[in-house]
Amino acid sequence: MIPQTLQANPVLARWVSFPAPGKVRIAFGKVEYGQGVMTALAQIAAEELDVAMARLIVVGAATGAVPDEGMTVGSMSIESSGASLRAAAAEVRALFIAEAASQLACGADEIDISDGAFQRGGNPTGLDYWRLASHVDLQRAPEGKARWKTSDRHRIVGTSVPRYDLPAKIFGGGFIQDIPLKDVTHARVLRQPGYKASVAAFDEAAIRKAACGDIDILRDGAFVAFLAKDERAATLAVNAAEQHVTWNGSRESKPELSEPMALKTLPATPWQGGAPAPEPSNRRRHKASYGRPFIAHASMGPAHGVARFTDGKLTVWTHAQGVYPIRGVLARITGVAPDNIQVEHAQGPGCYGHNGADDAACDAAAIAMRRPGQTIRVQWRRADEFAFAPVGTAMHIELAGEIDASGRLVDFSSEIWSGPHIGRGYALAESALNPGTPPPPPMTMPGFSGGRLNATPSYDIAATRMTENVVTPPVRTSSLRGLGGPVNTYACECFIDELAQIAGADPLAYRLAMTSDPRASMVLNRVGELCGWHRRGPSGSGEGLGLAYVRHRDRGAYIAVAVALAVDREVRLQQMWCVTDCGLVINPDGARNQIEGGMIMAASWALKEQVKLGGTGIASTHWDDYPILRFNEVPPVEVELIAQSTKAPLGTGEISLGPTLGAIGNAVAHALGLRIRELPYTRERIARQLLSS
Amino acid sequence: MVSEIALTVNGVARTIAVEPRESLLEVLRNRLGLTSPRFGCGAEQCGSCSVLINGEDKPSCAIEIGALAGKAIVTVEGLGTPENPHALQTAFLEKQAGQCGYCLSGILIGAKALLDRNPAPSRAEIAEALSWHLCRCGAHSRILDAVALAAQRMRDAR
Repeated sequence: MIPQTLQANPVLARWVSFPAPGKVRIAFGKVEYGQGVMTALAQIAAEELDVAMARLIVVGAATGAVPDEGMTVGSMSIESSGASLRAAAAEVRALFIAEAASQLACGADEIDISDGAFQRGGNPTGLDYWRLASHVDLQRAPEGKARWKTSDRHRIVGTSVPRYDLPAKIFGGGFIQDIPLKDVTHARVLRQPGYKASVAAFDEAAIRKAACGDIDILRDGAFVAFLAKDERAATLAVNAAEQHVTWNGSRESKPELSEPMALKTLPATPWQGGAPAPEPSNRRRHKASYGRPFIAHASMGPAHGVARFTDGKLTVWTHAQGVYPIRGVLARITGVAPDNIQVEHAQGPGCYGHNGADDAACDAAAIAMRRPGQTIRVQWRRADEFAFAPVGTAMHIELAGEIDASGRLVDFSSEIWSGPHIGRGYALAESALNPGTPPPPPMTMPGFSGGRLNATPSYDIAATRMTENVVTPPVRTSSLRGLGGPVNTYACECFIDELAQIAGADPLAYRLAMTSDPRASMVLNRVGELCGWHRRGPSGSGEGLGLAYVRHRDRGAYIAVAVALAVDREVRLQQMWCVTDCGLVINPDGARNQIEGGMIMAASWALKEQVKLGGTGIASTHWDDYPILRFNEVPPVEVELIAQSTKAPLGTGEISLGPTLGAIGNAVAHALGLRIRELPYTRERIARQLLSS
Repeated sequence: MVSEIALTVNGVARTIAVEPRESLLEVLRNRLGLTSPRFGCGAEQCGSCSVLINGEDKPSCAIEIGALAGKAIVTVEGLGTPENPHALQTAFLEKQAGQCGYCLSGILIGAKALLDRNPAPSRAEIAEALSWHLCRCGAHSRILDAVALAAQRMRDAR
């Protein structure tokens, strides 16, 4: 079978070609943002082609230059792009071997390849990819017949090749902000406080005075930008504009809607699925509800976009998650036909989903159209990134379970209230350029919003059902690492611990008794060994040890996390452990890096993070209002990968967040002897809970 | 009003004709082409832009160039190059200490300042020294390992 994205881009030469002696060009539609995807995909190609990594030229993602593989999301790059690249490379290899066999008048099975050189019976043949290239036409569709290597023959896949992207970043470059541009125009955009807002008064003289330099003011509808050759003037102008521009029809935000429980009060589209509700029984029943508030991407740098419109052609540099999807939005905003828009990807600060990158690219394009010939560099301010980038939605989750006489969970119900986790395809500039035009309604169709991922615990449960209420949120929400999965896993895995307690069972033994999948048992048992589970002390001592497990999206990696912590007035993390079986691992150190990062980010969510609504939108607009975990709060982290080289590779980028939230929830409950069911576990929340208990 | 500011940048004496209220970060990035200090918040809260100012790990985003006459500034470009990397840069690459990498320039500078005053820091001392530097991707654990490794090698080399 031909993998999906190869079918959609069915020309082998788009994926693999031999442009110069000794060089192999590979291209794919996924983009690098520090997760190591470029390196891992290159390993897959080098492996199938039997060439050294040093021969590869990896094409930077740009429209026209790489296959269209949509967005780089959902821990799917290795599973989807990797499968396509592997199939394309295997087919290219087979075509070249067939050509070599024909020239040498021997069987294809007599030929082997070593770093691009073709050998017959271990002896050189004088042929290699580059000598044969003129005889093999790669401008052809894949046939899907070539077989790729079995894992026992892997030499490059499964090794920790250092990341391609890291050296530039260690030596001071590597980002979209660092692209050298001649005669750049710096731009700052004054954001419209809600799509209905229009400019009421604009004190241009005061702004020009404050800029202390030459500025060009661009106003179109409610879109306001300050342009300058001197970056400081643009910054001073936009800062002054906060005081010297007033708006009509600004959005008003309600602080009380910052709490997950408040989602229940908002309009929602419900969907129900799973087993019918059970007959009334005399089985023991337990109910509990959990919540996580709105979460910010909080990338280290605010969004950035660069654009130039010259001779009817628009070029845009962006750190969005793909070059093709944003082209449609750019075309709509600018009126330029997609064929005349070139989108080039450049790396940006921390990308965990749909942050401000797309908006900044659209800002730059909108300005470039109105200032043809100029190279426009848009830099968002920190407060704008916090206030205007989409956020990860709050979720409120109500769980109910029935346990049989042995204590086992036999019937499970989940009801979820969540804003949409997907909200792409629209840019802030659109509403500003056309004031009063509402953004498209949030994608509230259940099943397409990401809220039900891992809604059911990953165990053998006889009957399960789920109701998903997709709520129209009070703030723009879109994809943030893991979508609803991590929050559901948090709720489910805390609930499993509660059931174990009711059943009088040890939480680890309780989980093991409910799983028949040996890969699940293996990660659970192993994390128990690593964390010294058998030495776990009594509940309520102030010291906590908790664990959690999930099978990512019910079909991906198996992963268990354990956390040791102490609770005094606040939570102090002591150590975190993770064991995962993510099938065949392309780059072990890269996978570990992703998993560690996910654990630390989840710990930060669990202990610190909440977007606060207020004013005209989001009130938490600085690091002071939105603290994240710091170096002196991060515990040692140990990650163990269980090698499963004969199994399919499974993505790792998002897998560790949910079980880390769950393990922290369970460890805090163990330390306190008291369950807190809403994140984050701040000092204030712990104190409140202790007082009310 | 433009004035001439004399200072040392990465060991080279420079005289820069500039509006004295321009931030050090703007001068480094836009006038001197040194891209390692990065704009993160503009409010001295995140550490992405930090540089050595007379040996101290300081944010460059808000400090005015006019206040820095006579000072010695060091950026990551002044620590080492791909051909001749600093021990910290080698260790960061070896440990693959970073994800998106946006925070790394500031953290390398913070680590350099620490090792200059304490060549044998404990893990807790490294964490404390870097704690004003934010990292969102969760590369902390590897970064602490990399700084410890570099410190060890620098001690061994003496």
